[in-house]
Amino acid sequence: MSTSPLMDLRHLDFLLYELLQIEQLTQYPRFNEHSRETFEAVIDLAHQLAETQFLPHNRKSDLNEPRMVDGKVVLIAEIGAALDAFNQAGFMAVLADYDDGGMQLPFVISSVCDALFSAANPSTVAYPALARAAANLLHVYGTEEQKRLYMLPIIEGRYYGTMCLSEPQAGSSLADIKCQAQPQADGSYRLTGAKMWISAGDHELGENIVHLVLARISGAPEGVRGISLFIVPRWRVNADGSRTERNDVTLAGLNHKMGQRGSVNTFLKFGEQGDCHAYLVGEPHQGLAHMFHMMNEERIGVGMGAVQQGSAGYLYSLQYARERRQGRHPDQKDPATPPVLLIEHADVRRMLLQQKCYVEGAQALGFYAAMLVDQALDPDKNVRRESHLLLELLTPIIKAWGSDYALRANDLAIQILGGYGYTREYPVEQYYRDNRINPIHEGTNGIQALDLLGRKAMMQDGAALQALFKRMAASAQQAAQLEGLDGFAAQLLSGIKLAGEVTAATGQRMLAGEARLALANATHYMTMLGHLTIAWFWLQQAMIAQRALPDANAADVDFYQGKLQACRFFFATELPQIKHLAELVGDADQSALAMRAEWF
Amino acid sequence: MKVLVFIKRVVDYNVRVKVRPDGSGVDTDGVKMSINPFDEIALEEALRMREAGQADEVIVVSAGTSDCQQQLRTGLAMGADRAIQIDTDKPLQPLTAARAFQALVEQQQPGVVLLGKQAIDDDNNQTGQMLAALWGRPQATNAAKIELSGDTARVTREVDAGLEVLDIDLPAVITTDLRLNTPRFVKLPDIMKAKKKPLDVVALDGLVSDAGNDLKIGNWSPPPQRGKGIMVDDVAGLVTELKSRGLL
Repeated sequence: MSTSPLMDLRHLDFLLYELLQIEQLTQYPRFNEHSRETFEAVIDLAHQLAETQFLPHNRKSDLNEPRMVDGKVVLIAEIGAALDAFNQAGFMAVLADYDDGGMQLPFVISSVCDALFSAANPSTVAYPALARAAANLLHVYGTEEQKRLYMLPIIEGRYYGTMCLSEPQAGSSLADIKCQAQPQADGSYRLTGAKMWISAGDHELGENIVHLVLARISGAPEGVRGISLFIVPRWRVNADGSRTERNDVTLAGLNHKMGQRGSVNTFLKFGEQGDCHAYLVGEPHQGLAHMFHMMNEERIGVGMGAVQQGSAGYLYSLQYARERRQGRHPDQKDPATPPVLLIEHADVRRMLLQQKCYVEGAQALGFYAAMLVDQALDPDKNVRRESHLLLELLTPIIKAWGSDYALRANDLAIQILGGYGYTREYPVEQYYRDNRINPIHEGTNGIQALDLLGRKAMMQDGAALQALFKRMAASAQQAAQLEGLDGFAAQLLSGIKLAGEVTAATGQRMLAGEARLALANATHYMTMLGHLTIAWFWLQQAMIAQRALPDANAADVDFYQGKLQACRFFFATELPQIKHLAELVGDADQSALAMRAEWF
Repeated sequence: MKVLVFIKRVVDYNVRVKVRPDGSGVDTDGVKMSINPFDEIALEEALRMREAGQADEVIVVSAGTSDCQQQLRTGLAMGADRAIQIDTDKPLQPLTAARAFQALVEQQQPGVVLLGKQAIDDDNNQTGQMLAALWGRPQATNAAKIELSGDTARVTREVDAGLEVLDIDLPAVITTDLRLNTPRFVKLPDIMKAKKKPLDVVALDGLVSDAGNDLKIGNWSPPPQRGKGIMVDDVAGLVTELKSRGLL
């Protein structure tokens, strides 16, 4: 068994090499210098750095949240030290081109590395994650000069970056942002406005911070069609790349959070002196589209970050249940007998199995989706098209189902530790608090559900959903041939039918102009389709386990039996819930929609 | 000057090892393997010698099946110039390893041979000493500090009484202790570069004839489970109890 607190490493190998068979990615010219050997070496290094540089200060960050001293953010020193090690090892450049000093690795490998860092310390990894997102955007939409001045220093680990979307009056509702950009004669802009919830918005970790800011150019149309994207450097930069004076960006305050306290969250003001230099990225009024270009990757990142907190709690509570003795079996009450281990109790096993199903199921889904990102490089047009469709559909599921159920896993980890789990002497309460942001940020889970049902399931006449169902049905057909799995195959097929029916019914209502009613139960739809998708991943894992068992060594026999049992558990206790959820969606239950504000 | 570093592939220090049910050894199926941490320190020291201009070439060597090429590649990614795998499918006991290393050392003619003071799997602390004796060259074990100057090395050793400083003639064998240095992390681009560095494979039989192990291992078993404790009423009771168990 794996003894890593960050991830079950046998399960990770299983996902990458048995389920996803990621070595096939090395057929793409971009990755052809890679091999399983380099993938393993990179993952090993990520694990080593995560365990030695990120994990040890996870609690200290929680107990010492960032402070503002003389207008500057003060962080504990360990964060900078960990990020120096991260940068020196080259992790900022995992995805970047060889020509830009990068490693040109597949996104799925980068996701695995991120997962290990997130499990060790979600707050510290937020700094490079945001910087990398900014660099990725500039890679796609920046001019050559913008890439040289702002993207390369991020890849080199010298600059950090942020995403400035929300404003105090406009959180999820980006159509209502007010930040203004005045064009200047030299082609640059002067920005005025305020941005809220800006993670890593100010700190002294690097030489500079590249804020990517959404704002309206004067005279731009109202709503989302009038939003543009700007580079706002914290320090202005000369044409030769040297840093000059401070730009007019003010740290107006810090937000004090429930969890992830090591990642500073700020309120920023732009152009208080009327001199905030900003540079347009891409086309005017296309800012939101540009920003959303990277959204699938970002949302997979949030979902997987959540799942890794779930994983950390699962592994911790599993270890605890294996060691702590408490109580006796219902048919064995003799106080002279020693108490049994927690893991002997059926109800504790239930809680462990739930966590295992949520965490390992979502990890399979998340890395599968990450590989879909890589399949954008496939030479076959049809593969590219289908991968893209599936990615569009699965992304909100990873983000919302992943963060909802990973949080449930954290809740169960606390429950297994009992009173100790509720104390700060044990890490599981922090996992829960750190994880609680994930259903909120990067598009709340409510918004994800609307996106899933109202857009992704409906787009191109349901093409994405059909592609997903086709793959699910293919797995079910194979599973039907395997002893002990045929019942699950049938269960999955009837779930597909049910999900298809309620999606069609919702589509009808939307065509009939009843969008509000049709989408009133979108969250139930999310749970339903999420459960169905995770069931599919459990069936796939069970199939591999079933086939591998006859030739497995002793340790692997236990591992594969665990996979089969988790599959049985999910199909027995979780998947049947979709029937009820499907009814609520299919019949367009009105109990929430019809409620009135004054009746509360 | 060449520096030869011997590294051993061992069960990672984080893994809780289990004895196989049939008592034939420790179960390594699917277990994470790493470079022996003391050997990693030896390699780090060799790289620092080269960076300080005191060595021209760092050669990293391991003995085992092709599996140990993974550790050799890690060594190359850390910065070694080339690697040699001594190919054998048998676990080597210290004397056999030392004989093979001696043959390789005589081929390669290094100025310094570095290896960990012991490997964390069997904790023998023998191979370095045996190698020096077979080779007929000086040795300094448990090094906490190494200063090279010309044909000699000043080695500060950690011993029970404190620190002992030895001046030894080169070539020599130096075995490394925990506080000598902190090994660097690999850099990602160096993982790619390591793939292109030379890794030669030599057969164990080509280095030593009669490469069999000299010690027979009877059986492996885990340490006995700790028994239940008892409460004693007073110190006298404690003394009586200890005496009755032959512990006092």
